[in-house]
Amino acid sequence: MITFKIKRYNPEKQAESYFEEFQLDGTDDLTLLDCLNQIKWTLDGSLTYRMSCRSAICGSCAVKANGHAILACQKQASHLVKDNDTITLEPLGNMKPIKDLAVDFKPFWDKVDKVSPYLQPDRKPSEKETKQSPEQFKLIDDASTCIMCGACYSDCNVLEVDDNFLGPAALAKAQRFVQDSRDGKTLARVKELSKSGGIWDCTHCGECVERCPKPAEPFDRIKEIMTVALEQGVTSNNGARHALSFTKSVKSSGSLNENIIPVESVGFFNFKGLFDLLPVGLRMFFKGKNPPILHKSIDDVEDVKRIYMELNE
Amino acid sequence: MKFALFTGCVAKGATRELMLSTMKSAEGLGIDFVEMKSAACCGAGVVSEKNPLLADALNARTIAIAEEQNLDLVTICSTCQGILKKTECHVDSDPTYKEKVNNVLEEGGHQYAGGKIKIQHFANVLGTEEGLKLLRDKVKRPLTGLKTAAFYGCYVLRPSELSLYEDPDNPTGMEEIFEILGATPVYYESRTKCCGFPIIMMNKDASHDMAGNALIDAIDSGADCVVTGCPLCHLSLDAYQPEIDKMNKKGCSIPILHLPQLVALALGYSPQELGMDKHIISTARLDKILT
Repeated sequence: MITFKIKRYNPEKQAESYFEEFQLDGTDDLTLLDCLNQIKWTLDGSLTYRMSCRSAICGSCAVKANGHAILACQKQASHLVKDNDTITLEPLGNMKPIKDLAVDFKPFWDKVDKVSPYLQPDRKPSEKETKQSPEQFKLIDDASTCIMCGACYSDCNVLEVDDNFLGPAALAKAQRFVQDSRDGKTLARVKELSKSGGIWDCTHCGECVERCPKPAEPFDRIKEIMTVALEQGVTSNNGARHALSFTKSVKSSGSLNENIIPVESVGFFNFKGLFDLLPVGLRMFFKGKNPPILHKSIDDVEDVKRIYMELNE
Repeated sequence: MKFALFTGCVAKGATRELMLSTMKSAEGLGIDFVEMKSAACCGAGVVSEKNPLLADALNARTIAIAEEQNLDLVTICSTCQGILKKTECHVDSDPTYKEKVNNVLEEGGHQYAGGKIKIQHFANVLGTEEGLKLLRDKVKRPLTGLKTAAFYGCYVLRPSELSLYEDPDNPTGMEEIFEILGATPVYYESRTKCCGFPIIMMNKDASHDMAGNALIDAIDSGADCVVTGCPLCHLSLDAYQPEIDKMNKKGCSIPILHLPQLVALALGYSPQELGMDKHIISTARLDKILT
């Protein structure tokens, strides 16, 4: 027997959410979604959640199970059981619950809209199909598998503290157009995506990759946009300057020069940014914690420089 | 036990107390660390933003150096650990890519073989049966009464396929070490979350909010200190804690230790020997608990 501890919420009846427990027998071969259906059909018809295809295609049934977002139809309930044969179910994170496990996806879709998720060719489309080579298709294949389930958005660590962040799903969708050979707005796209709330606000936590039920793996797609942005010369922002400074530092000494990178990241003429670095810099200096002024190279740094040269960096 | 030690850059820079305490831990435990002095920075997932092949070539070179020494590689930084494992995965999973990477390395006299050595965080080494036994035998001053909150660092947990923890969503490796050292582990939700350090230059407020939420979670859960396996987490949680304290209505103040400091404390070293006086947030309150 499995106990399902489900977060219930119905603002028409009670302002606060609460947990309610349901027990099911014979769940050995059932997915979590099958179990939710059993509860709804046999125990409490008022239980609310989204579902449709039951085949991990439509992306409707994402919920949090034991604190992490999953597709309910993609996991066997027995694989999710924790201590005391219990599974705790909550609505997705970073979105407002509407009722029980259903959340308001509006901010999610608004952000997808913001990345202009459609082809913008720079010439009139040809009468016939525009062929893609396997290499061209490979660049956009992974992002194309996104089913917009919101699992990545739910568990994104940045969105927990900053609503302004576009989030992993919208950025993965953006990559699909940034690297599409038929699109003519690459530069405009990466300029827009390099602004506040875009690619450089991703904190590398990897939650989106972990929760993604498909090969879309948003963090990897975000990094691909970063590479394109740098290739396109969109470098007037802290994130791009940081990547360039970091890469340059490793080239010159084989290791990080932590005294230089923060300064180069905020920009030499960004007086407010430089001023903001002062308190932590002074604090570390007075504790004797500042990185050594004379930065030491690794042994055999010449080999590192040679690798950079060979790769035209 | 003998390992190739990949120190990472930050243990040689802004968190030199991590290097100091790592060497003290090794001394106390009788572990032989051979420092990889010609290994380059792992790139911290930032060099790969500029050029993914460059990042993989530098890291494959690092792994190749450990292979040449025929020693398993040990990191003392969660980020270095995850990044090296990512390169290992990229190169091992694609023979054509492996050949490309090895062509880049060839002139420098290195060749990445793959599968020859293990890449492990120091916490993983200590968390093995052998490591835990060694700790148990060597503890001189049990950290009785000290409530310690682990902060793992994202890169040792995610992606889970590359993590060395059995259940990366609910890891227990660091807590098992704490228990052997005599401390009391504190389990709290934020222990597997991001410290915000990667965006400290891009979105400072969000970065500090992430760190602040984790610190408050640890404090509310009754922790006396947070213990991390990642020097970048340490910088975010310790060096920037005065800013975080100001941003939070409730305020927060909690010492942050590197894992090797906690280990070496239990081995009998003094806080001064472990560079704990270098921390921004004073660790003096821990001395009172331990005396």
